[in-house]
Amino acid sequence: MARPRTARRGRPAPPRPAPLQRPRARGRGHPAGPARPSHGGCRAPAATRRCPGCPGDHPPRGSRRRPPCPAPPAPPPSGRPRGPGPGAPAGGGGARPRARAPRGVTARHAAGRDVTAGQGRGAAAAPSGRQGALRAGAMAERAAPGGAGSEAAAPVPAAAQVPELSREEKLQLRKEKKQQKKKKRSEKGPAAEPPEQGAAPEPGQPRVTPHPSSSPTLADGPSDGEKPTGGKSKAELRAERRAKQEAERAQKQAKKAELGQAATPAKPRLTPTEPPTVVKRLPEHVQVDDPAALRKLAKKLERQQVPLRQDYGTKVNLFSHLHQYSRKKPLTQQMSIPSTVIHPAVVRLGLQYSQGIINGSNARCIALLEVFKQLIRDYSTPPNEELSRDLVAKLKPHISFLNQCRPLSVSMGNAIKFLKKEISCLPDTLREEEAKEKLQSTIDNYLREKIVLAAEAISKSAFEKINDHDVILVYGCSSLVNRTLCDAHMQKGRAFRVIVVDSRPRLEGRETLRRLVRKGIHCTYVMINAISYVLPEVSKVLLGAHALLANGSVMSRVGTSQIALVSKAYNVPVLVCCETYKFCERVQTDSFVSNELDDPDDLIVLRKGQAQLGGWSENKSLRLLNLVYDVTPPDLVDLVITDLGMIPCTSVPVVLRVKNVDQQ
Amino acid sequence: MPPPRGAGRSRRLQMTPGPGVTSRRGALRHAHGSGEAAGSGAERGGGAAAMSTDDLIEAFRAQLRDDPDVASAVAAIRALLGFLKRDRGETIQGLRSSLLDAIETLSRVDSSVAVSSGGELFLRFISLTSLEYSDYSKCKEIMIERGEIFLRKVSLSRNKIAKLCHPFIRDGARILTHAYSRVVLRVLEAAVESKKRFSVYVTESQPDQAGQKMAKALRKLDIPVTVILDAAVGYIMEKVDLVLVGAEGVVESGGIINKIGTNQIAVCAKAQNKPFYVVAESFKFVRLFPLNQQDVPDKFKYKADTLKTSQNLTEEHPWIDYTSPSLITLLFTDLGVLTPSAVSDELIKLYL
Repeated sequence: MARPRTARRGRPAPPRPAPLQRPRARGRGHPAGPARPSHGGCRAPAATRRCPGCPGDHPPRGSRRRPPCPAPPAPPPSGRPRGPGPGAPAGGGGARPRARAPRGVTARHAAGRDVTAGQGRGAAAAPSGRQGALRAGAMAERAAPGGAGSEAAAPVPAAAQVPELSREEKLQLRKEKKQQKKKKRSEKGPAAEPPEQGAAPEPGQPRVTPHPSSSPTLADGPSDGEKPTGGKSKAELRAERRAKQEAERAQKQAKKAELGQAATPAKPRLTPTEPPTVVKRLPEHVQVDDPAALRKLAKKLERQQVPLRQDYGTKVNLFSHLHQYSRKKPLTQQMSIPSTVIHPAVVRLGLQYSQGIINGSNARCIALLEVFKQLIRDYSTPPNEELSRDLVAKLKPHISFLNQCRPLSVSMGNAIKFLKKEISCLPDTLREEEAKEKLQSTIDNYLREKIVLAAEAISKSAFEKINDHDVILVYGCSSLVNRTLCDAHMQKGRAFRVIVVDSRPRLEGRETLRRLVRKGIHCTYVMINAISYVLPEVSKVLLGAHALLANGSVMSRVGTSQIALVSKAYNVPVLVCCETYKFCERVQTDSFVSNELDDPDDLIVLRKGQAQLGGWSENKSLRLLNLVYDVTPPDLVDLVITDLGMIPCTSVPVVLRVKNVDQQ
Repeated sequence: MPPPRGAGRSRRLQMTPGPGVTSRRGALRHAHGSGEAAGSGAERGGGAAAMSTDDLIEAFRAQLRDDPDVASAVAAIRALLGFLKRDRGETIQGLRSSLLDAIETLSRVDSSVAVSSGGELFLRFISLTSLEYSDYSKCKEIMIERGEIFLRKVSLSRNKIAKLCHPFIRDGARILTHAYSRVVLRVLEAAVESKKRFSVYVTESQPDQAGQKMAKALRKLDIPVTVILDAAVGYIMEKVDLVLVGAEGVVESGGIINKIGTNQIAVCAKAQNKPFYVVAESFKFVRLFPLNQQDVPDKFKYKADTLKTSQNLTEEHPWIDYTSPSLITLLFTDLGVLTPSAVSDELIKLYL
C-alpha cells in the first residue's frame, strides 16, 4: 500500500485547534500558544504569518504571530520541540509546517497507528521542549540521529559527538530547566504549555533538516521548505537560542495570568498537571522518522551512557518509522562500554540478541531474566539509597542498552514490567541480602510458573486436539509447538505426521525439522510458497505466537498470517499456542505500526558464486525489506490454547481483564 | 435395569454393608412414586443408605417418567441432589469423587450433552462455597441448600428465556424450527400469549420424526404449522423470516451441538441472510471446543446403547452435529441475550 508521501507536501493543513487554546505540544503545529519569539527571535508581524512550506494559512492566533523566518537559525536541536508526529492525529492540526517528517508521520499515524493519544507525546514534549530549546545547537547536531530523514543513507552523525557544551554545563542546564519546569507546572494549567512550544519549535523549525538532501530518499523527508540557514555559526546559534530562552521565560511569567484557557481538545493531550489518567505513549522504536523522538532518545541514551546504534541502509517508505540495524555493526564496535555502567553479562546478552544467537520469544525472555538475576546478585545498594528505588533506576540503562541491540519483545517487556513492580514493592524493612534473595526467588517463580509450567499445561491441552492419523502443519520454529508435538508423540496411541513449512531468510523450520525428526516423528518439509499444494491433505495447523494483542490478533513470525489466510480458504482449523504472559494490552489492526526490521543484507543470496542483490545499496531505487513479525486478524484463528485453557480469539480481553484483577 | 456396572463403585460409596442394600433398594422404588426426587425417599427411608448406581439411574428415569416436560438435565440434577442427600461419605473429596462418578453414570444412561454439562455445573455450583466450613456435616448442609437453589434457578430458566426471546418474533413472522425442543415450544407459547400471529415450519427430523411431535404440540397451541422434509430446508428458506432452534449443548467457541440437520439449516440461513437464533439454558454450556464435526466426542454423537453394542461406529448415524459460531446470530439464555463470542466470556465466568 503506497503511502503518498508527496501528498504530504501539498496536503492541506489538518484542522487546527482553536488558536489560543492549543496546549503546548512539542513543536506541534503552529504556535497557538501565547506569543513568543520565534525563529531565533525574529518578530515579524502577523501579516507574514505564512510559514514556509506550510500548506495552509495559519488562523490568527491572537497576538501570537509566527512569522515565517526566511532565514531561520542554523539547524537547531533536532526534534525536541518538534511536534511528535504520532500525537498529531489526535491533535489534528498543526504538525509543524517544517516538520515534513512529522507531518507525514502524522498522516501515517492517523491512518492506522496504534490507538495512542497524542497526549502522551505532547506531555512528553512539554518537559523536554525547553530542554530542547536550551540545548539548541549543542545537542542539535549531535543528537540528531537520523534527524529529519530517517532514511538517511549515511548514518546520522550523532553518536560520535563533539559536545559543544561540556557535560557539566549540560547537566547544569538540564537541572535548571527541570526546576523551572517544576515551578511552572505547579502553577499553570495546560495552556502554559503552548508558549513553550511556540518558542521551542521555532528553533527547531529549521533544525529539522540537518541532513537536508544528504539522503536520496529524502523525498519525503522534512520539507525543503524549511531549508535551514546553514550560514550561522554554532556559537551564534547558541547565543540566539539563549536569548530566545530568556525571552521565553520572561514571557511565560507574564503569561501565567492569562493562561486560563484550557488545552485545546484538538490535541487531546494530558499535561503533567492533570490527574494521572493513563497516558499512552508511543514507544520510541516506532518513531524513528520523527526527529523529535530521536533527539529525545539520543539524549536519554547519552544520559544513561548507552551508545546509540545507527540505522543502516535505506528503508522502505512504509516502514521508515522503524529501526533497521546491520548485524555487521554491533553496538560494541562503536565505543567501549564501561562496566560500571552496563554489567558485562548484559553486554554479552545484548550481543547475543543482536547477532541472532538467542532467538525466539521464550528463549529471549528466559535469558533476560537469568541475566537480571545475575545483575541483582552483583548489585549493592549505594549508601543513602533505597534498594527498591535505586535498583529500578540501575536497571534502566541496561534495558535501554538491550533495546538498542534489538527491540524488546513483548514477552521481555512483560517480564520487565513484572520485575520492576516486584522491586518497587519490596518492603523497606528487608535487609539488602534478604531483599536480593526474595527477588531471585520471585524471578525463579515467574520463570517456572509462566513459562515452564505453562508450557506443560498447554502441551496437555493441545494433546486433546491431536487425533490419530492427523496431519499437522507447523511453521517456523516455536518452542511451545515443538514441545507439544514431541510430548504428543511420546504418548502412545497417537500416530500423526507433521508438515514443516519454512521461509527465507531465517529458515527456522530447519531447526524444527531437526528436533522433530530426532524424536522419530514423520515429517515433510516445504517452503511457504508450497502451502496451497499441501493444505488439502492437512487436518489442522498449529502455530506459535510472539504475542497476543488485546483485540485478539496474533502477532507472530512473518508468514504466519499468510498461512492462516490460506488455511481458512481450505477450511483447515488454525490453532495458536500462546502462554498468558505474552498477552499484551496493545491493539493493532495491521502489521505496519509496530514491527521490527531485520538486517536487509540477510536477503542477499549467494548463487553460483554470485551474490544476488549484493549491490543493493548503490541502487537508488532499490530497497530491501526484511520484516520480522506480522499480525493475524482474529477471525482467521479458530482456537487459542493457553495455560488457562482453550479460548476463542475474541476472549483474549477477558483473560487480560482477569489477569489485571489478579495482579491487583 | 442395566447390570450393576461398577458395582464395586457403589460399594465404595456406601458405609453400610452390602446385604442391607437390596431391601433398601426395594423401599426406594416404592418411594419414587412422586416427582419429588429421592430426597423424599431419603426421609422416608430414614436417610440411612447411600444411593447405589442403580438407585441413581432409577431415580433419574423416574424423574423423566413423571414429568415428561422436564429437561433431561434438570431431571439429572434432581437425581444428583437426591444422591447428594443420601451420600454417606465423610470427606469433601470423597463426596466430590462420588458425585463425579454419579454424573458419569447418568451420562451413560442418557448420552446427551446437557446431562453432563448440567451435572458438572451443579457440582461447581455447590462446591464453590463449601470450603469455608471445617465441619463436614455443616458443609454438606450448605451444599444441599445450594443444590436446591441451583435446581430452582434452573427450573425457572425456561421462562426467563421465553421472556427474552418472544419480542424478537414479530407479528406475521414465519419461523423455521428443527426437531422437538421444549424451550422453543415455551418461547412460542410466550409469543402466543403476547397476542402475536405467526406461522411455523418444522422439519420432520428423521430418524425419530421428532418434528411430528413438535407439530402436534404446536397445533395444540393453535399455531399454524407445516411439517417439511429435512431436505426441503433450502427450498423453504426464502419464505421464512427467522430460524429458531434449541440446543443440546453450547460449546466454548459459541457454537452449538444440536440434533442432526441443524448445521445444514444454519448454512442455508447464512447463505440467504436470515437470522439464526438459538435458545438454550445456561446449564447447557459445556467445556468443549470442537474444531469441526469430527472433533465432537463420540459419546455425544451416538446413543449410549449404540456405543455399547455396535462394532463399527462409522456405520452408525450420528444423532447430533456441530454448528459453528460464525453461522449463529444470537443466543438467548437465562444469562441474557448473547452473541457467540460472549459465550466464552460467560463460560470463563462460570468455570473459572
